[in-house]
Amino acid sequence: MKEKYDVIVIGAGPAGLSAALSASQNGADVLIVERENEPGGILKQCIHDGFGLHRYGEKLTGPEYAYRDIVHLEETGSDTAYSAFVLDISEQDEGWQVTLSMRSGLHTVWTKALILATGCRERTARQVFIHGDRPSGVYTAGTVQNFINLRGWMPAKRAVILGSGDIGLIMARRLSLEGAEVLGVYEAKNRPGGLMRNIAQCLEDFNIPLYLSKTVTRTIGKHRLEAVEIMDVDDDMEPVSGTAEIIPCDTLILSVGLIPENELAESIGIKLSDQTHGPLVDQNMETMKDGVFAAGNCVSVNDLADYVSENGITAGKAAASYVRQKQKRELIPVKKLNGIGVCVPQYIDKTSEPGNAVLYLRSDDDYRDREIRLESEGKILLTKKMKTIHSAEIIRLEADLSGIGAELEVKLI
Amino acid sequence: MKKMICIICPNGCELEADDEEHVTGNLCPRGRTFALQELKDPRRSVSTTCRTVFPDIPVVPVRTEQEIPKHLMKDTVRAISEIVIDRHMRIGETVAADILNTGVNVVLCTDRLKEVDHD
Ligand SMILES: Cc1cc2nc3c(=O)[nH]c(=O)nc-3n(C[C@H](O)[C@H](O)[C@H](O)COP(=O)(O)OP(=O)(O)OC[C@H]3O[C@@H](n4cnc5c(N)ncnc54)[C@H](O)[C@@H]3O)c2cc1C
Ligand code: SF4
Repeated sequence: MKEKYDVIVIGAGPAGLSAALSASQNGADVLIVERENEPGGILKQCIHDGFGLHRYGEKLTGPEYAYRDIVHLEETGSDTAYSAFVLDISEQDEGWQVTLSMRSGLHTVWTKALILATGCRERTARQVFIHGDRPSGVYTAGTVQNFINLRGWMPAKRAVILGSGDIGLIMARRLSLEGAEVLGVYEAKNRPGGLMRNIAQCLEDFNIPLYLSKTVTRTIGKHRLEAVEIMDVDDDMEPVSGTAEIIPCDTLILSVGLIPENELAESIGIKLSDQTHGPLVDQNMETMKDGVFAAGNCVSVNDLADYVSENGITAGKAAASYVRQKQKRELIPVKKLNGIGVCVPQYIDKTSEPGNAVLYLRSDDDYRDREIRLESEGKILLTKKMKTIHSAEIIRLEADLSGIGAELEVKLI
Repeated sequence: MKKMICIICPNGCELEADDEEHVTGNLCPRGRTFALQELKDPRRSVSTTCRTVFPDIPVVPVRTEQEIPKHLMKDTVRAISEIVIDRHMRIGETVAADILNTGVNVVLCTDRLKEVDHD
């Protein structure tokens, strides 16, 4: 490790790996820092396939997908610091000082630009409202995934899964394959959170029932979980009295959502979006602080690692160009109208060739036969017809924004 | 008439297929191939973990190189759980050949066993 770098990347998941790779390929001197002892991020434990369909046209498992970036990054000869936790970042003239906690002690390194790629964490039992003691046997889906796929521990014999997000569905299949009985997946909303293909291949293939508009209201058991209480919920997500049902089980698995991990970003005063809980960014993945870029699930929770890698590549390239030559940005807000729930980026920088910008959108509801439209001052820049739009899925739009005026609107028609 | 979800890509098209090989609901030709296969011989790929003798890496990810008959998924995972890897291996190497006489090999999905310590 040296004392000074052009670019320091924090986090070596798919976002950080591809950001480091692209910064290096664009001429920057790069250090990538990761708190775990190996690169790969959450992909290390995602052993199922389905990664890389967009990027490589192949169905890879998580570890195989990460391996490709790891090898390419090694080839660039970039510096790596694993088992290194970023404790602190402080702003200095012309750059940033980063304090790392490593086995050998505390180290400080200095950099001209930063890329945050710290990923996301799971919502836990404390963040969903469940009554009862806190017996052992209540885990998040990611924790169970880590136990089984990285440590070889099997924590459940009879499991109930709360939440129908993809990670919960994938763990339902994994537990069944390993011989556990999965009694059901319970979802408080009236539609499943995960992709239809995961409902089909993770639940239907294994005869695991999916119950909608039902939730876990209580855990039963003092030391080890013995049962859960399930109740119907109404349209306002309130439990309906008289519907309580007791299901004996030894494990409750929570798959109730992911939140971007942004303690470091907040500590240096980076503006976060109320909606994505990640930094506000422009199309180059530059945050509202010049020279600080962000990529992957710390910006907004993605369901495809391929998109995470794509915005890592964008951030890496832009950070390398920032190091070569700083330019004053001219930021134009992206306005979400009619049916658009989330849009990343939230700003377009007019000074940096808005030729090919990529926008990631999420609708606020499910729709059929609509058109997504990008408009600037009454001028239509792009339309895309969509047969079906699921709010659970990210829509990727690649648009030529060279004709952009003083604002950009994105909407469903 | 059989209804099914296409699991080939994240679009998850809702397909309907009948005995005369009419398929509807697919956004692309791969959906048709999937539906016809699903009617006569449903197949899936299987990912699981395999134990090792290395204390730092107790289990490693493996997968079937091609799809195997759907009804053999659990038996495949059980067969793989009998295997213990005791040597250095590279990503893509075969961990078990011709698993359950399917003609399909099980391969390693990680390069972490390249130079791991024995104790
Ligand atoms: C449990 C779980 C399962 C998932 N399953 C899937 C799936 O099956 N398919 C899919 O496409 N997506 C899945 N996702 C979403 C997944 O997060 C993304 O696809 C992708 O892995 C995100 O990449 P990333 O690089 O942004 O984050 P991550 O892969 O999470 O990488 C972030 C890295 O930053 C490191 N880090 C954080 N803070 C610090 C610090 N202060 N100092 C040093 N290092 C730090 C972390 O250790 C981690 O390695 C899952 C997410 C979770 C939480
Ligand atoms: S039919 Fe084509 S587009 Fe639809 S899910 Fe299958 S592979 Fe994807």
